[in-house]
Amino acid sequence: MAEFTFWIVVGITLGSAFMVVQSKNLVYSAYALLFSFIGVTGLYVFLWADFIAVVQVVVYVGGILILIIFGIMLTNKITSVNISHASVQKKMGAVAVLGMAFLLGYMVISTPWVTLANVEPAETTAAIGRLLMMDYLLPFEVASLLLLGALIGATTLSRKED
Amino acid sequence: MDSLTNYLFVSVVLFALGLYGVITRRNGVAVLMGVELILNSANINFLAFARFGGMNMAGHVFALFVIVLAAAEAAVALAIIINIFNNFHTINVDDVSELKQ
Repeated sequence: MAEFTFWIVVGITLGSAFMVVQSKNLVYSAYALLFSFIGVTGLYVFLWADFIAVVQVVVYVGGILILIIFGIMLTNKITSVNISHASVQKKMGAVAVLGMAFLLGYMVISTPWVTLANVEPAETTAAIGRLLMMDYLLPFEVASLLLLGALIGATTLSRKED
Repeated sequence: MDSLTNYLFVSVVLFALGLYGVITRRNGVAVLMGVELILNSANINFLAFARFGGMNMAGHVFALFVIVLAAAEAAVALAIIINIFNNFHTINVDDVSELKQ
């Protein structure tokens, strides 16, 4: 049963991701991106990362996707029904990307991966918090500075000059 | 389901789809969507190595930082795209190749 659910989740993720890159309508792309993010969340749950899965839903689905939809709405006239966008160099792009995907796939097959017999951690949130406050305190503070800079930069950039 | 290579293959396909979007799309917002797919595929890799390899909780922390960077990047990129739209009245990235109007 878990196996079946896993492949369903993989299908949702990759099918929606394909919709994102090939749909003619930009709004359809945005909604397909929503399902792709939710599928990736399911994969995180399969990988024992419950905290990251919740963060994925809150930040990606609740934040980034809303930003992207705002971006679509603000850069098109509201009255224009057809929010379409053309793709260029589809064949060249497909050949290049397929070649790279085969190379990466070959790398995945040919590498002798060492897998350890890990056990499912009893708690992930507490361990992540402990790591953030002890081992990774400096990156944590740098990330907060970066978010502050991005906040100020985004408001300054998108503000009307007067 | 319980094998590292399954997750790595999913990640490879997601990365390839995101890269295809970045290469072929000419709308700035759609290019940004491709970048988000690529970041998600990287995150799947981190968590897969945390689950099957010796990365353990450090992989989770790294995935958290990737999500933080993606949020900051999306905010700034959309501000830039809206600015481009206000100045050039298009967000086709091929038409925006000049530094001044």
